[in-house]
Amino acid sequence: MSAAVEFDRITCTFAGAKGSYTAVKDVTLAVGAGEFVSVVGPTGCGKSTLLNVVAGLLRPSSGQVRIFGEPLAGINRRAGYMFQSEALMPWRNALDNVTAGLEFRGVAIDEARRRGRDWLERVGLTGFEDRFPHQLSGGMRKRTALAQMLILDPQILLMDEPFSALDIQTRQMMENELLELWSADRKSVVFITHDLEEAISLSDRVVVLSAGPATRPIGEFPIDLPRPRDVSEIRLTPRFIELHDRIWQSMKEEVLKGYAQTRNRVSA
Amino acid sequence: MRRYLWFWQLAMLAALFALWQVLAQPDLIPPFVWENPNRAAFFFGEPVKIFRVIWEWFSQGAIYQHLWVTLQETALAFVIGSVLGLAIGLWLGLSPTASALFDPYITAMNAMPRVVLAPIFMVWFGLGIWSKVALGVTLVFFIVFFNVYQGVKEVSPVVLNNTIMLGANRKQLLRFVYLPSATSWVFSSLHVSVGMAFVGAVVGEYLGSAKGVGYLIQQAEGAFDINTVFAGILVLTAFALVLDFAVGRAERRLLVWRPAQSETEKL
Repeated sequence: MSAAVEFDRITCTFAGAKGSYTAVKDVTLAVGAGEFVSVVGPTGCGKSTLLNVVAGLLRPSSGQVRIFGEPLAGINRRAGYMFQSEALMPWRNALDNVTAGLEFRGVAIDEARRRGRDWLERVGLTGFEDRFPHQLSGGMRKRTALAQMLILDPQILLMDEPFSALDIQTRQMMENELLELWSADRKSVVFITHDLEEAISLSDRVVVLSAGPATRPIGEFPIDLPRPRDVSEIRLTPRFIELHDRIWQSMKEEVLKGYAQTRNRVSA
Repeated sequence: MRRYLWFWQLAMLAALFALWQVLAQPDLIPPFVWENPNRAAFFFGEPVKIFRVIWEWFSQGAIYQHLWVTLQETALAFVIGSVLGLAIGLWLGLSPTASALFDPYITAMNAMPRVVLAPIFMVWFGLGIWSKVALGVTLVFFIVFFNVYQGVKEVSPVVLNNTIMLGANRKQLLRFVYLPSATSWVFSSLHVSVGMAFVGAVVGEYLGSAKGVGYLIQQAEGAFDINTVFAGILVLTAFALVLDFAVGRAERRLLVWRPAQSETEKL
């Protein structure tokens, strides 16, 4: 069986005012069916670019993305995407936001509402159906976005630092909920984050990217921590600390490089 | 002070009218600007007589048909102008080619003082309500158009991408993202555009008509009946206040999803 997502020598070059900028270069990476893969890297290294390429929102300059063995053309219909910033439609209430995808697919409104309520219950938002996004807290908005994505039952989940805007408690709660929902019917997940602890505690495998420009994977680490996991407890186990230490050693240099570049860019 | 604000506001109004009455009424105080004691009343009218005119209008019912005509013209101008502004704003906002082509024309038409079109509309549409509606439409259209055009350009790219990832096609994007987003901009310009529709109606009536509050004012002016002119102005002001209040109510109902009420310029 072919992998759920395959990057085959993906390069993305953007034309800019000061010449072209290569965000990612020659990235080859595979995510298996049912595998939870986290991609970590220093800030501004083109992590989101990779995700946009799998989503089909961005066409790579060269290379190919294959989804279950088939080359991707246009929008990736088998993937759900959870964005870093606010992506809910502010003019629709929580329930209508969750059911939007079903409406686009022509599901009858009664059926869509029934499934929408069901999903809101699963993410713990029963009673908040009529609230508009601005009337929900940050964590509640993320739950709504999660339900909005999962109601369509995508085979691949693309998540771009989805919890980075949340406070630490809400964040760990959301991470546990994500793991629970994911373990029910293992989908393939590409989880982008800059937080190594988050990456290790959630994933089956962690991929480390180099600092930009021309980002590429520089290391892959299988995470053999037992499941089911509790993200706040697993951080205290010796194996976690060992893995963290090893991955951090390989990342450190890149993080410092990325940091120096960002600083130069700001001071330039 | 805050608790009695209403009282103080009304008291100030009453004081203003009292002062006006005292200064204008012939032979009440010795004349100090003009020799002729009737001159002040001739130019400025007298509040007592103004209110008598208003009282007669409402008690005898003569004013209602005029108010009704003005209201009709305002409503029609607002609805037609908004729909046109929304449609064309969406079209130009989404099509860079069309927007580049029409840009100078839109700018020119917006810069033109559109009141000068009133005589032309009079010729085209006659003295009935439609020439006033047409004038109001030209005023409302541009406000709504520019708001929608800007609104389309400022749709959050994340919301857009998210909706695409949820499986929306082009038509659904228009219906589920661009249209609601643009509509919210129409509503945020509601006070201004309703005010403009009202201005179009009254100016149109004033320039030539057989009905409407603007017509009443124009008639009275022709007869040098300054009290009736002021009565018409006061009725129009009250009417505009009621209209503005209704718009505020509608806005609050329709924009519940908005985090904060946006401030709009009052006319």
